[in-house]
Amino acid sequence: MNRPDATAIAAAIRSGALRAVDHARATLDAIDAANPGLNAYHEVFHDAALGRAAMVDAQVAAGRDPGPLAGVCVAVKDNIATTIGRTTCSSRMLGGYRSPFDATVVTRLLAAGAVIVGKTNMDEFAMGSSSETCAWGVVRNPHDPTRTPGGSSGGSAAAMAAGLCDLSLGSDTGGSIRQPAAFCGIVGLKPTYGRISRWGLVAFGSSLDQIGPFAATVRDAALAYQVMAGVDAHDSTSAAVAVDDWQATPPADPRTLRVGVPSQYLRNNDPAVTEALDRALGLLRTAGATIVDVDLPMTDHGISTYYVIAPAEASSNLARFDGIRYGHRAAQRAGEGLDELYARSRSEGFGAEVQRRIMLGTYVLSSGYYDAYYDRALRIRRLIKQEFDTAFARCDVILGPTAPTAAFTIGGVTDPLQMYMNDVYTVNTNIAGIAGLSLPGGFDRSSGHALPVGLQLQAPAFAEGRLLRASELLERLLSA
Amino acid sequence: MAEPSTSLSSKDVAHVARLARLHLDDATIESYRTQLASVLSHIARLGQVDTSSVEPMAHPLDAVNRLDDDEPGPTLTVDQVLMNAPAREGDFIAVPKVLGGDSA
Repeated sequence: MNRPDATAIAAAIRSGALRAVDHARATLDAIDAANPGLNAYHEVFHDAALGRAAMVDAQVAAGRDPGPLAGVCVAVKDNIATTIGRTTCSSRMLGGYRSPFDATVVTRLLAAGAVIVGKTNMDEFAMGSSSETCAWGVVRNPHDPTRTPGGSSGGSAAAMAAGLCDLSLGSDTGGSIRQPAAFCGIVGLKPTYGRISRWGLVAFGSSLDQIGPFAATVRDAALAYQVMAGVDAHDSTSAAVAVDDWQATPPADPRTLRVGVPSQYLRNNDPAVTEALDRALGLLRTAGATIVDVDLPMTDHGISTYYVIAPAEASSNLARFDGIRYGHRAAQRAGEGLDELYARSRSEGFGAEVQRRIMLGTYVLSSGYYDAYYDRALRIRRLIKQEFDTAFARCDVILGPTAPTAAFTIGGVTDPLQMYMNDVYTVNTNIAGIAGLSLPGGFDRSSGHALPVGLQLQAPAFAEGRLLRASELLERLLSA
Repeated sequence: MAEPSTSLSSKDVAHVARLARLHLDDATIESYRTQLASVLSHIARLGQVDTSSVEPMAHPLDAVNRLDDDEPGPTLTVDQVLMNAPAREGDFIAVPKVLGGDSA
């Protein structure tokens, strides 16, 4: 990955030093060369991207500023609605689906001068941690093509890591931006719940979902975040809280920074993950930061809580796919009623993992089990939130691994429960609705390949300015 | 509060599939039975946590419903709304006969 970062590319295009069309063409050529091996993109918009880039160049030539993302090539996860191309959620259910509108994030990116180059593959309906449930084939990790890029936003992460875009968009319900960012050696930001509009994001777990960027550097993630964040009349869950201007937030001073480390994040990690965390803590300590022990005992209950709440919400959200108004409809059989048509359309359209989660969600919401599972999980959710509140009274950010391991082998995890365990450090961020960011922390070389290891920083709700500045500091310390 | 039971019969799974409007064959029901039982048995550990003194939290934001002004705004056209319909007749979505047939 020898590309300049998005901030540098936008600056070069705004100043006229680089033509957006040349940059877009180079990006499209790179995609054409590498995508057949990686399967990061489901669709690539050659003509539209070049057309858009020409408009950006025309604006520069006319002396107008195309915006902070001038000519920046962006890949969009395929569960985010775009009027160009299809929006399939990597599911046969939506194989031919064309959105009549753009997601708010897409509208905002375009208004800032960005060029959308394509839609990326993902775990079907964002349900998975490896991008293996994608109906359009598995996505491969650019660092080792026998391994998964993580998931569910695996295509966006792989495209970013392979230099096939300048920025990409993912969605994160339980770790789906941060874990693939970790596996692919890039930066991934899951903003606070409600910070970025979800208008146009196909709903999975409505109290958990957030859109966020993948980027090569923390400053690039901040740039994309700044363009997308803020209240939106189309999304009543978007927060009417002022967006703190990242540029206006002073750089983190390590001598006053308090970094919380929960003992619960230190167990069950592979040696290379432990080493990466130890190195980061050593660098922070040397720079003058205060390392604070914090206690998050509910970490151990996060996966269970998540796998009640997320499937419950998913089973409800995915009830809309009935084969009637849009999506896959099974071939009609003589004498068959509507209920049977719904059921056959759904089972033909949804893959195995999606059906498994719909079943789980329907079960925990069903009569007789609601209190024992769903109501209990919601109460534990509050305990998890309270635990973070207590921890953040003693520290500014929390640091730990993003995942307990580096990228695993494609086909290497077949037990659903074992797959779910991959998200042990990320799910509670969504459950509590706070912000989290994964950045590259080192490599696991035990397999012979240099596989990236990710570190996660967590910050309180709406403290993205603090989170990004602290991440930028750690990024600088790690690269020195 | 009762501890969640983790024994799951094929009949239970078939019942849930019916509620979820999924059409599963016997082999799939059996494989989901095993996998769901394993996940549910893990989830059952939530029963160890004392939740008697805490209120459920359905949502991270303490937000209330936000209402728009009751004024017409731009909307999608009929063609845009129907562009993804699997079967269409004029300005309508075509569906199998609902009345008078077998009700499932």
